[in-house]
Amino acid sequence: MLEIPCPFCGPRPEVEFRCGGEADIRRPADPDRCSDRAWTDYLWNRTNPKGVHRERWWHVHGCRRWFVVSRHTVSDTILAVSDSGQTAQPQETAADG
Amino acid sequence: MRRGRYSFAALVRHALSGHRRWPPAWRRREPKRAYDVVIVGGGGHGLATAYYLAAEHGVRDVAVVEKGWIGGGNTGRNTTIIRSNYLHPESIALYDHALRLWPTLSLELDFNIMFSDRGVMMLAHDLHDERILKRHIHANRLLGVDNRWLSPAEAKAFCPPLNIDPRARYPVLGAALQERGGVARHDAVAWGYARAADRLGVHILEGIEVKAIRRRGDRVLGVETDRGVIAAGRIGVVVAGHSSVVLGTAGLRLPIESFPLQALVSEPVKPVFPCVVMSNRVHAYISQSDKGELVIGAGTDQYVSYSQRGGIQVIRHNLEAILELFPIFARLRLMRQWAGIVDVTPDRSPIIGPTPIRGLYVNAGWGTGGFKATPGSGHLFAWTLAHEEPHPIVAPFGLDRFESGRLIDESAAAAVAH
Ligand SMILES: Cc1cc2nc3c(=O)[nH]c(=O)nc-3n(C[C@H](O)[C@H](O)[C@H](O)COP(=O)(O)OP(=O)(O)OC[C@H]3O[C@@H](n4cnc5c(N)ncnc54)[C@H](O)[C@@H]3O)c2cc1C
Ligand SMILES: [Zn+2]
Repeated sequence: MLEIPCPFCGPRPEVEFRCGGEADIRRPADPDRCSDRAWTDYLWNRTNPKGVHRERWWHVHGCRRWFVVSRHTVSDTILAVSDSGQTAQPQETAADG
Repeated sequence: MRRGRYSFAALVRHALSGHRRWPPAWRRREPKRAYDVVIVGGGGHGLATAYYLAAEHGVRDVAVVEKGWIGGGNTGRNTTIIRSNYLHPESIALYDHALRLWPTLSLELDFNIMFSDRGVMMLAHDLHDERILKRHIHANRLLGVDNRWLSPAEAKAFCPPLNIDPRARYPVLGAALQERGGVARHDAVAWGYARAADRLGVHILEGIEVKAIRRRGDRVLGVETDRGVIAAGRIGVVVAGHSSVVLGTAGLRLPIESFPLQALVSEPVKPVFPCVVMSNRVHAYISQSDKGELVIGAGTDQYVSYSQRGGIQVIRHNLEAILELFPIFARLRLMRQWAGIVDVTPDRSPIIGPTPIRGLYVNAGWGTGGFKATPGSGHLFAWTLAHEEPHPIVAPFGLDRFESGRLIDESAAAAVAH
């Protein structure tokens, strides 16, 4: 079980949270005009990296707020946590391995 | 009689030399520089594909490239439930094609894969479950696939350890039974296909990892491995949880996420559990192996991971449910726990067929429930690779369905991992 550092409440056991999947997925600005391929990519395709994953978590049995976690998907180590109110940063930093 | 066939006579002959002279079931080969077809991934699906390519299509210049040992992925980690009672006609055709290959597979491969059609029973705990299961029963029977409804008493007669007390935490309102369903020995399936493919000239290359797919423009050229480049004009990628990683090297993005899925086994006991029981509602499934161990499957973790571990809360929840359904197991000890990395699609149906890159084919997204499909998946994927077009049964399962919107939603059939 993960120990997740909620930016608002501090470290709590995973059972208090719900994972909301990959972060930084943006809805195409004009769905009527975007290509089927771009819409498919938005709806269904996921990065699913073997490496650092930016993902959204919801502290459902706590403060009930959403935030973003960077976690390595091989070691499950949590590398960074940020308030999801901030604009998403392209992932460039944390070591991949 | 062909040399090297397993038989009673061979057993007697080898007994005389103390069973020390059995030849290896498949040979260790040096990779060639090029093959007609390269299969990436030596799980059951990849090995079956190679076997049927050689056996049914005369395509024998084939290599199966496996980064670890064959069957060491989900094939050797699954709870081996086999059934075909899915909801949609496309899926019923796909899974029943596989189910019809299981009963004679030992004969075909000359390898005892221990298929046992002991019946798969799926429990209903509330009205919603009951409606869903009955809808499946009707859908199956309309297409001539067996599946029938059992009352709680009938369910208990079929599986005596089941607790059908109406005041139980998870009352049993009834069950759907597919009698042709059952289990098989997972390792033997991988080994049997490997041995049969090897005899037809297929190279089984273990301990070689594919690092990247090579392409020029929209045509595939081969694979880069940690032992050098292997050229091939046709490549089938069958790597389950690693599909996004391997196909990502060809520039593809997939509608797949990888999650750990856990299973456990108990200490061995005498035969006590005659069938397979699944409960989607409480996320539990259980059977007894021929060794006597109870084989218990749990759920996936909620986050993407390649860690092959799985969270303790997942199995705890699972075992609580198992003990509510089967209180007699309360004092059994568990021996082992493990996880595999399953490749889950949005509609819980697999992805089989061509990719936008010519010569590059994918067979993935079987998620929590692809063992049952192993022979059928290999059979149809081999056809697809040999003809360079999707077999009619797999045609609806192409990658293009996510763009066309023609999804095949099996989340009710596959809500539980099996
Ligand atoms: C705990 C658990 C329980 C399950 N229970 C059931 C069940 O009861 N019934 C059912 O039908 N299904 C079940 N499943 C699902 C089933 O196991 C899988 O769908 C099926 O076995 C997939 O087979 P495969 O051959 O595609 O994949 P795998 O057996 O995983 O084979 C893929 C292979 O690809 C190799 N590979 C990966 N990357 C590379 C690379 N870069 N280069 C070379 N090789 C590579 C891997 O090492 C692996 O051996 C379960 C799965 C798990 C984990
Ligand atoms: Zn919080």
